[in-house]
Amino acid sequence: MLSRTASNLYWLSRYVERAECLARILDATYRLSALPQGYGSETNEWQSAIATAGSVISFGENYKEANERTVTEWLAFSPENPASIRNCLEIARTNARSVRTALTMEMWDAINSAWHELHRYDPKRITREEFTRFLNFVMETSVRFDGTSFRTMLRNDAYWFSRLGFLVERADATARILDVKYHVLLPREAQVGGPLDYFQWASILRSVSARTSYHWVYRESVKPWLVADLLILNRQMPRSLASCYENINRYLDDLAQFYGRQGQAQRLARAMVSKLENGKMEDIFQSGLHEFITQFLTDNNRVGNAIGDQYLV
Amino acid sequence: MAGMIAGRRAEPELSSRTPSFFDEMRAPDGSVRPAYQQLAHWLDNVPKDVLDYRRKEAEFIFRRIGITFAVYGEAASTERLIPFDIIPRILNRGEWQKLSKGLEQRVKALNMYLHDAYHKREILRAGLVPEELIFGNPVFRPEMNGQPVPHNIYVMIAGIDVVRVDPDNFYVLEDNARVPSGVSYMLENREIMLRLFPELFIDHPVAPVENYADDLLATLKSVAPVTSSGDPTVVLMTPGIYNSAYYEHSFLADKLGCELVEGRDMFVKGDMLYMRTTEGPKRVDVIYRRVDDDFIDPLAFRPDSMLGVPGLMSVYQAGNVTLANAVGTGIADDKAVYSYMPEIIKFYLGEEPILKNVETWRCREPDQLKYVLDNIGKLVVKEVHGSGGYGMLIGPAADKKTIENFAAKVKASPEGFIAQPTLALSTCPTFVEEGIAPRHVDLRPFVLTGRDKTRIVPGGLTRVALSKGSLVVNSSQGGGTKDTWVLDR
Repeated sequence: MLSRTASNLYWLSRYVERAECLARILDATYRLSALPQGYGSETNEWQSAIATAGSVISFGENYKEANERTVTEWLAFSPENPASIRNCLEIARTNARSVRTALTMEMWDAINSAWHELHRYDPKRITREEFTRFLNFVMETSVRFDGTSFRTMLRNDAYWFSRLGFLVERADATARILDVKYHVLLPREAQVGGPLDYFQWASILRSVSARTSYHWVYRESVKPWLVADLLILNRQMPRSLASCYENINRYLDDLAQFYGRQGQAQRLARAMVSKLENGKMEDIFQSGLHEFITQFLTDNNRVGNAIGDQYLV
Repeated sequence: MAGMIAGRRAEPELSSRTPSFFDEMRAPDGSVRPAYQQLAHWLDNVPKDVLDYRRKEAEFIFRRIGITFAVYGEAASTERLIPFDIIPRILNRGEWQKLSKGLEQRVKALNMYLHDAYHKREILRAGLVPEELIFGNPVFRPEMNGQPVPHNIYVMIAGIDVVRVDPDNFYVLEDNARVPSGVSYMLENREIMLRLFPELFIDHPVAPVENYADDLLATLKSVAPVTSSGDPTVVLMTPGIYNSAYYEHSFLADKLGCELVEGRDMFVKGDMLYMRTTEGPKRVDVIYRRVDDDFIDPLAFRPDSMLGVPGLMSVYQAGNVTLANAVGTGIADDKAVYSYMPEIIKFYLGEEPILKNVETWRCREPDQLKYVLDNIGKLVVKEVHGSGGYGMLIGPAADKKTIENFAAKVKASPEGFIAQPTLALSTCPTFVEEGIAPRHVDLRPFVLTGRDKTRIVPGGLTRVALSKGSLVVNSSQGGGTKDTWVLDR
């Protein structure tokens, strides 16, 4: 397979996943900001959404204040923001066009229809109600793209590269959501268990679509350390770092077997898996959750780069 | 390709401007020609809203699949659909047999002319064509002088534009020997028709076209370099997603089952050409390139080209990669050499041309230039190197000012122009706003020339001028397409 084709497939999936993550972050933020005073946080939810999306600096260069209007514009539609939902979907379709031959008809249809739909939303005149529909549309696009890939692609290198892009992006997003929210929400003793706390933590779960899963796994009210456990170490949870890496490792192994050789990407991924498999929440908290996640983000990037160097250029 | 207009020279209907066009479905007395019997019956009985509904469905499907093209000069993001007309154009077996014989003859002559032009130049010694036609042509490639190409085939893929003016004659309007496009529409139009009107195929024995991709692949593999080992690796080279024909490139690569490469995916090492793959470099043997000569190698041609592969020409000259079509084929398909095609066919094949040439005045010759200037209001005047319906004057349709301006351009550089009589393009029933009405059509069949044989799938791309009275069928000028049926009877 052409390296450029592999690269396009990998980035296509990354961008679709990124668009979905942004939609979820915005969705959770809207819900939080809709709570009556006293339930919401003392901190600015909109600011925290910007931080989670990882664009504090570029946002600051374009806007004075983080509020519903500015953050929605920046994260959903802004042409200035290279990682706005709109740009993610534009780039995804450009990538898809470049690799039409490597996509199934159904995958192309999912992306192409989404692109046409995208142009029906006018950011200048969008109402709150329409915006909710827009967010749903983005999430559905991602599910549809993912579903068509799963159901229609041959299980060969094209599929594996597409999966790898999706998983590397997903691991990155999960880690970032957890880090920012945890940082913002890190409870002071007195407040643990209060109503504020409850809604805040519930919003994290919502932004990774894990509310129901949480209750099935722990059968408890929402507790900060359990949320962290679910999103980091729980291998049943498809968004968790452990689950992402279990699968990254698996697809890299498939590639290595298919091509008859392995390299840095496989070695790094294996190290990540064993670190997460042997990890314990107590240890992670003891040495600092923030430090753990920062290290994870660096390592995840390194795996992404290794995949790039090994296959995509 | 250019669209043309109205009656033949010296025929009275031209001056009266009420030409009678050859209608492919109905004879002048209103009776339906045999090939169209069932279709006419069906058209008489199908409710208009059914046609309307299916046309909308066709458009919806085309947009979904993303069969779009970009129009140069419009914003980069603009993607337009070529309008598709749901009424097929029909040829019977006898008509097709004559046409395909003529096409084979013509492309054979084109290939022999190209080989001669880049080797012994016997045609110049015979005094049949002027030297400038070869050496004075900006697309003549000195790099190809004496350069062997596999099996002496230069034009593996040709698109020959033909029109009809009466029941018996096909005229060639233009030869396309560089990177002809449009074949994806031929294939997709058929797919759409099978999907929307399956009932029509029960009554009509329509010869299939879907084997085109197999034919193309067989053709490309047959011209692989002798140095390639085993099963040759064929790729399709595209300028990229912003090219107006990108959809077609990806469509064909998909059907061929080959990689769709851009220049940046390939590199030259030690007289060989490789592409970058996830498993490391892989040798490329045959490039079906949809990139013009000028852009394929910045070291050999335009140094500012970002679309090519540095050093590609040296690999080509070493005989380690085949380019389809060959470099330098432009000297065989411009509008100046067109006027010599009947002589070229006779010279190389010793045969009379089966397909006619439209009478052509070469403005480079003083007496012909005088005729053209004296009669410019009745003629179609074209730039020798123009294409896409740009840079031409349709005398009978132009106002005085436009004609004067164009005449001045011709006088300033006569060698850059040719003129032809306005030609009565045939019409076919077409589904338009006011219902079913005749519209002018042309046809681009595709001729594949390989080492073993020539392959022509029965059909081609029918283009139709959708507005009433218009004779310009180019998609860039608002033309549409039709499915083309060759009946197996």
